Amino acid sequence: MFETVLVISLGLIAISSFLLIIRLIKGPSIPDRAISLDAIGINLIGITAIISVVLKTNAFLDVILLIGILAFIGTVAIAKFLEKGEIIENDRDK
Amino acid sequence: MTLLHWAILAPFLFATFIPLVYKKIPKIHTGWFVLVLPVVLFLYFLQLLLSQKHQETMISTVEWIPSLGINFTAYVDGLGLLFALLITGIGSLVVLYSIYYLSKEKEQLHTFYVYLLMFMGAMLGVVLSDNTIVLYTFWELTSFSSFLLIGYWYHREKSIYGAQKSMLITVFGGLSMLGGFILLYLMTGTFSIRETIANVDTILSHDLFLFAMILILLGAFTKSAQFPFYIWLPDAMEAPTPVSAYLHSATMVKAGIYLVARFSPIFAFSAEWFWTVSLFGIFTLFWGSFNAVKQTDLKAILAFSTVSQLGMIMSLLGVGAASLHFENVQFYTVATLAAIFHLINHATFKGSLFMVVGIIDHETGTRDIRKLGGLMSLMPITFTIAIIGAFSMAGLPPFNGFLSKEMFFTSMIRVLEMDLFRADTWGILLPILAWTGSVFTFLYSMVLVFKTFTGKLQKEKLPKVPHEAPIGMLIPPIILASLVVIFGFFPDLLAYTLIEPAMASVLPSLLTDKDHFHVHIEMWHGFTPELFMTIGVILLGTVLFLTLPKWKKIYNLQPEKLTLNKMYDRFLSTLDDTSSRFTRFYMTGFIRDYLVYIFAFMIVLVGTSMAIQEAFSFNPDHSASIGIYEVILALVMIAGTLTTVFSKSRLTAIIALGSVGYSLSLFFVLFRAPDLALTQLIIETVSVALFLLAFYHLPELKRKEKRLRFRIVNFIISLGVGTIVTLVAISSHSERVSETIASYFIENSYELGGGKNMVNVILVDFRGFDTMFEITVLGIAALAIYSMIKLRLSRREEG
Repeated sequence: MFETVLVISLGLIAISSFLLIIRLIKGPSIPDRAISLDAIGINLIGITAIISVVLKTNAFLDVILLIGILAFIGTVAIAKFLEKGEIIENDRDK
Repeated sequence: MTLLHWAILAPFLFATFIPLVYKKIPKIHTGWFVLVLPVVLFLYFLQLLLSQKHQETMISTVEWIPSLGINFTAYVDGLGLLFALLITGIGSLVVLYSIYYLSKEKEQLHTFYVYLLMFMGAMLGVVLSDNTIVLYTFWELTSFSSFLLIGYWYHREKSIYGAQKSMLITVFGGLSMLGGFILLYLMTGTFSIRETIANVDTILSHDLFLFAMILILLGAFTKSAQFPFYIWLPDAMEAPTPVSAYLHSATMVKAGIYLVARFSPIFAFSAEWFWTVSLFGIFTLFWGSFNAVKQTDLKAILAFSTVSQLGMIMSLLGVGAASLHFENVQFYTVATLAAIFHLINHATFKGSLFMVVGIIDHETGTRDIRKLGGLMSLMPITFTIAIIGAFSMAGLPPFNGFLSKEMFFTSMIRVLEMDLFRADTWGILLPILAWTGSVFTFLYSMVLVFKTFTGKLQKEKLPKVPHEAPIGMLIPPIILASLVVIFGFFPDLLAYTLIEPAMASVLPSLLTDKDHFHVHIEMWHGFTPELFMTIGVILLGTVLFLTLPKWKKIYNLQPEKLTLNKMYDRFLSTLDDTSSRFTRFYMTGFIRDYLVYIFAFMIVLVGTSMAIQEAFSFNPDHSASIGIYEVILALVMIAGTLTTVFSKSRLTAIIALGSVGYSLSLFFVLFRAPDLALTQLIIETVSVALFLLAFYHLPELKRKEKRLRFRIVNFIISLGVGTIVTLVAISSHSERVSETIASYFIENSYELGGGKNMVNVILVDFRGFDTMFEITVLGIAALAIYSMIKLRLSRREEG
């Protein structure tokens, strides 16, 4: 019973990821793509978590944490890039 | 090291001091210091000659590379000694002559004498080495020093051309010869010539025999300017005249003769040797003398005459080889006798003629026979020497050339009586070509003397006022000319001292113990066919000489395009063009083309070798079952990959690539590799960020967003690479031969490594070295990026 639930939820997340990927490919503007990428990252967290339940291991908890951090940093970076045109400002040289 | 080794190496050692002497004692002509050495060496070899009349041979070995059987074995027998005497004797005379020929003020004397001594030492090494590899070493040294000497006046274009040509041709021959030597080594297992001769039976029946023979003959023919390799010799006449006299008449061009004579005991039993050596020789004789007549430059006449005389000696050596097959030895060995006798004679008269030409050039300023004439009364001594040399070359009595020419005819006629190698059919060519060649020899000898010294003096055409040469310049040719006369009247002086031991070296198998060849040379044979042939030569030659202007047009019959020189030039330029065109064809400068080659080769090589070995296999025994997650993830990955390839914009491609990377990390999760998944995630993020950075900074102009163009070649190749790699992966997985060593790590990572994370224990403990160097790689990359960004020299220059 529990197994089935896991499989179903994995399937649902997969479908959601596919839809997000379609948005990523089609997305008319860059912010659309950025948001979909962010959401894919969060979906990845879910997938990793469910898979570690399936595999009955807690070796992947680090991965979950890492994806969260990376997704955040990445989204912030893209956002800043879209806003200012560069990610790390460095005015001292100029 | 015995005295003999020091004698061979002395010129090299001496040469190192020459520049010092030249710089420190500028008042005295450097040649005087150099002169000492060849004279001393000549006396040393003369003393050897007198002490070993009875075929005692001297041999001594100095180890060089004993592990390979390469030792500096000096070996003196009749043949080697004959050549050593020629080299040092004529060398002394040439050095003496060069002292007066080369000006102390205008010329770079130290380079000249260093090259000359280098050549002398190399030549001594060639003729006195018993080891083929050492012989080859010295052989190439003669080529190099000859190259340097021909290009002595390196600011002249023609000198450079001549030097390059002689270098290319002789080094081509030298390398072939090295191949021949190596084949001989493969057959006998020794580099020693004497031991090779002892093993002649195995060589004769060996498959490689013919190849070795042809390769060694190539070396001999190129060095000795045989047809069709003679073309370098006329162009080598750009060298200073002492060099031409020494290298290109008396010594270096005879190295090939030496080689043929030296290897006669090995190859002479075969019919191929007989025919190749005699026919090439006799044709060279004819062709050289035929072409000598049309030359207008004195040195060119002498060059072609050298070619023709070398052909004559070569053909005699070839014919002499036949004597190995007959009971009546004396009847056929006369060819070998004639070869050796003419070798000596040619060195004497050709050396003197070159020196005469040098004197004329030196005193009148030209070598062109169309400008010369009437020098007889102005330069009586030179004229006398010239007439002796030229008459000897033409084969007139009472000079030594007559004797060897008579013997030449004798041996060529005797070819007709051989019932061997089917000599009765094609053998008739030999006497005919020999006779016609001799007619032309007579002709150009007469041209040489009479066009230069008789007739009208054309003072207005001469750059200098002609007068007799200084005495020092005349001494060497006088000595040589007197030798011509002495050997003409008293040939027996040479008979048992020089000729007979040399014959014994060429034809050793004909001698039993304590036996001698019977050498008897005499002026008068009675009314033999040879005599009538000589008379015929003189008569026809005189007629042709008198009617020369009428039939000279015959030389225009050969179209310019078909001459060997033109062919050589065209060959070189075509080679140049073709190779550069070929290089331009595939070296396009585009990385995409090179990648196409690399991948195409990978497909072809891996594919064909797998197919030939029948290594493709598919065996699902070891495979695990496929789960639904893997399928889904693989589909995602494929979707990402396809998006990367077919995306319109670069941004999409980068992001799709990122998605491939992230799905890979999910695969790591799925295949239970948490460390890899962690690392992959971070690295993927960083690299996507770097891609975005690179994307943003693309220059404005070329920033057209374009879909990748479809190219069928690229498509096929990428498909091929994918297929091949997939097939190889599947095959290698199906054919697993041994168990993995994973169990060792599983068992020992806690016990030996003290850690439960096996991946990390392997990385830092079991296989720590790999990690260390990967850290190094990262460090190098970081430093390189830093320096690439910071060190922009070009920008600094602008600012």
